[in-house]
Amino acid sequence: MNADVIVIGAGIVGSACAKTLAQRGMNVLVLDSQRGGATAAGMGHLVAMDDNPAELALSRYSIELWQQWAPQLAADCAYRNCGTLWLAANQEELQAAEHKGETLRAQGVTCQLLDAEGLRQTEPMLRRDLSGALKVNGDSIVYAPNAACWMLTQGGTRIRQRCEQVSAVEGNRVRLADGSWLQAKLVIMANGIHASELCPELPIRPKKGHILITDRYPGRIQHQLVELGYAASAHVTSGTTVAFNAQPRPTGQILLGSSRQFDSLSPEVEGAVLARMLQRALDYLPELGQLNAIRSWTGFRAATPDGLPLIGAHPQQPGLWLAVGHEGLGVTTAPGTAQLLAEQLLGEPSAIDPAPYRPERFLHTHELKEQHR
Amino acid sequence: MTRDFDLLIIGAGPAGMAAALAAAPSGARIAIIDDNPAPGGQIWRDGVQAQLPAAAQRYRAALAAASNVQLFAATRVVAIAGPQQLLLEDDNSAWNVRYSTLILCTGARELLLPFPGWTLPGVTGAGGLQALVKGGVPLTGERLVIAGSGPLLLASAASARKAGAQIQRIAEQASLAALSAFTLQLARWPGKLLQATQLLDSHYRSDSFVVAALGSEKLEAVRLSQSGKIIEIPCERLACGFGLIANTQLGQALGCRVADQAIAVDDWQACSRTDHYAAGECTGFGGSELALVEGAIAGHAAVGEQHQARALWPQRARWQAFARQLNRRFALNPQLKQLAEADTLVCRCEDVPYSALAERSSWVDAKLHSRCGMGPCQGRICGAACEYLFDWQTPTPRVPLTPTRIDSLLQLAEAQVHG
Amino acid sequence: MIELSLDGQLLRVAQGTTVAAALYLGGDGNSRTSVSGQRRAPFCGMGVCQECRVSIDGQRRLACQTLCRSGMQVETQP
Repeated sequence: MNADVIVIGAGIVGSACAKTLAQRGMNVLVLDSQRGGATAAGMGHLVAMDDNPAELALSRYSIELWQQWAPQLAADCAYRNCGTLWLAANQEELQAAEHKGETLRAQGVTCQLLDAEGLRQTEPMLRRDLSGALKVNGDSIVYAPNAACWMLTQGGTRIRQRCEQVSAVEGNRVRLADGSWLQAKLVIMANGIHASELCPELPIRPKKGHILITDRYPGRIQHQLVELGYAASAHVTSGTTVAFNAQPRPTGQILLGSSRQFDSLSPEVEGAVLARMLQRALDYLPELGQLNAIRSWTGFRAATPDGLPLIGAHPQQPGLWLAVGHEGLGVTTAPGTAQLLAEQLLGEPSAIDPAPYRPERFLHTHELKEQHR
Repeated sequence: MTRDFDLLIIGAGPAGMAAALAAAPSGARIAIIDDNPAPGGQIWRDGVQAQLPAAAQRYRAALAAASNVQLFAATRVVAIAGPQQLLLEDDNSAWNVRYSTLILCTGARELLLPFPGWTLPGVTGAGGLQALVKGGVPLTGERLVIAGSGPLLLASAASARKAGAQIQRIAEQASLAALSAFTLQLARWPGKLLQATQLLDSHYRSDSFVVAALGSEKLEAVRLSQSGKIIEIPCERLACGFGLIANTQLGQALGCRVADQAIAVDDWQACSRTDHYAAGECTGFGGSELALVEGAIAGHAAVGEQHQARALWPQRARWQAFARQLNRRFALNPQLKQLAEADTLVCRCEDVPYSALAERSSWVDAKLHSRCGMGPCQGRICGAACEYLFDWQTPTPRVPLTPTRIDSLLQLAEAQVHG
Repeated sequence: MIELSLDGQLLRVAQGTTVAAALYLGGDGNSRTSVSGQRRAPFCGMGVCQECRVSIDGQRRLACQTLCRSGMQVETQP
């Protein structure tokens, strides 16, 4: 045995799993290929998403955990409780905002509706003719690459890290690039988009995203600003969509998203997609046009058919556990994912219902027998 | 808006100007883009306190007279917009340019290495000080120390003296032996020997390098290691340059092969990518004479005049030999890797100290966890320093290639993946 | 001569003068304050290091690559 648990992937989800299990007394070995994944590429927006009850349950629960961790987070994790403003461009969207507010409040998420004037006073850089917004107070931002590092330090000597590329997984064993095998009581796969290289049966598709960041312009915006159409964009299953999403970095920079693409596997920044995304941002923040952009990049979200992650035992491989497929919500839901996984591993009662995230909804146990015949 | 040209030249320094003038008689529609307000590059930079040499004036006059050559000054390449298309930005607008053939004459920048105090006002690059002076920065009565390596130090001293500076010391890191060997070789290039004699200065010292810039709000003195002895010289200005590094970013972004930290070219100055050429310092440091002849070869080759291009090969070989001497004799002393202390800022945009980098495994690791290279210079200064200090490789640049107005990037709406 | 405004003060410079030079001619030469509070001045002189970025007519631009123009409003970052 090389450890109690081997975690594949030192992104935000793998690091959260390592932290949670180490704090329950397990010795954890974290393997990462240092290829970079969604943790390094994403915005780090901790957001309560409510497209279905399971998504809201996991994101709400995770944000509570983030809030508990917040006082201990290292300064370079850049955690800020800036809140989210869901922007309504017209009366119809304002009704949608009201409805969203009801859904969130029903689950204990604090939020308020801002009218047009209230929104203008709160965020004067926004286009003047917006109808209002829903302000979600508990949402926050974090710099995920350093938050992942911080989590790994929270396990003390119980967490060891190695830079290794895993080339195969068999239950509780993993094969490294040099052909050697490591073994543990159990293996947790938390390597996001790279998971399907090791388990092709996982229903995960890469969804490309673009991000751009400006030079420092402190104080221009105060909240994470998201258009209400964002959720619709996030759930399209083909082609390319863009939606306005802007984040005030603690540096004074403005981080701009978002795009979603199913048809591209190249990490290259695509000018046409970037331009569409920026045009959308200018629709909401017209003065943005005169600010200097200094960098853009892309990343791939690990998307599942129902938009929910796979959290739990791999039904066909005893000893292998999954914590993958978080799409654009991995940073938000990493703490809840780790908690759910730990509870299942240790047979503890769950804080939230784990059923909607179980891999069995896509991977049936009987396939194991068929494969072995 | 999109403009079309047969030949697009990026950079209006000696190489770019020579390329345009070589290609102009073919009648091709030619454009030259340069991010400075006037053509000339660094060596022939124009300005309120500049005195352009006769050759520079000749090239500029010829360029202005060529009716099929359009110069776009104060214009930057900010993105690749398609297979043979670039997005450009000037102070007021952004536009696409489509080309059949491209010549990269993107020049070189100074290698600027971190040492304690290098961020103090009063400390500049050596070529940097020359450029600032040409643009009108006054030096009257200011005491100046120049430190680093290469012939640029002497040129910088000469122009600073003309602008009224009092030279206190010129500290060349190369050894006396290397300098003597270089001087002996200079006889092979009589013009260069003459230049060197004219630039000779009694304040010049070999085996000398900067250890620290001292001062609280601005520069007050410089600490030097001079033949192993530490000395301090009070001054208002310190100009540092540790040689030149090729500007390969645009070439890399276009998919042109880079070798030995420069854009790789063949005998025709052609890059690894078809219809793309490169000439001058971006293909390796060699001085303005080499840049001129390389530019002319590229210009002829780009319009299909192989015969005229080939005729210039012997001239290029002569200046390449000079460049080899320069690069060999002014090789950097490894001690210069030890100048930065734990709290010395390496990344000037994000104020990242050396101690935050020393523990990192790669440029990407450093960038992701320390913010090094995440500022507006996009790692042009600290990335080059880290390549020298830690042997880290920096990745191919992405859009925007330089800080760019978001409005300008909207012009990428019709962009195609260039592959 | 060209008349421009540097941090609200009128300044006259010769035609062809860069904004970087104007910073010295009309002030202490500094362009900005760094992330950790250090004062900074133009450094590379050739549009690479971005130390000389200032606000010119409301846009953030490089002082070393911009020529002074009549009526220009230049603001350094205090």
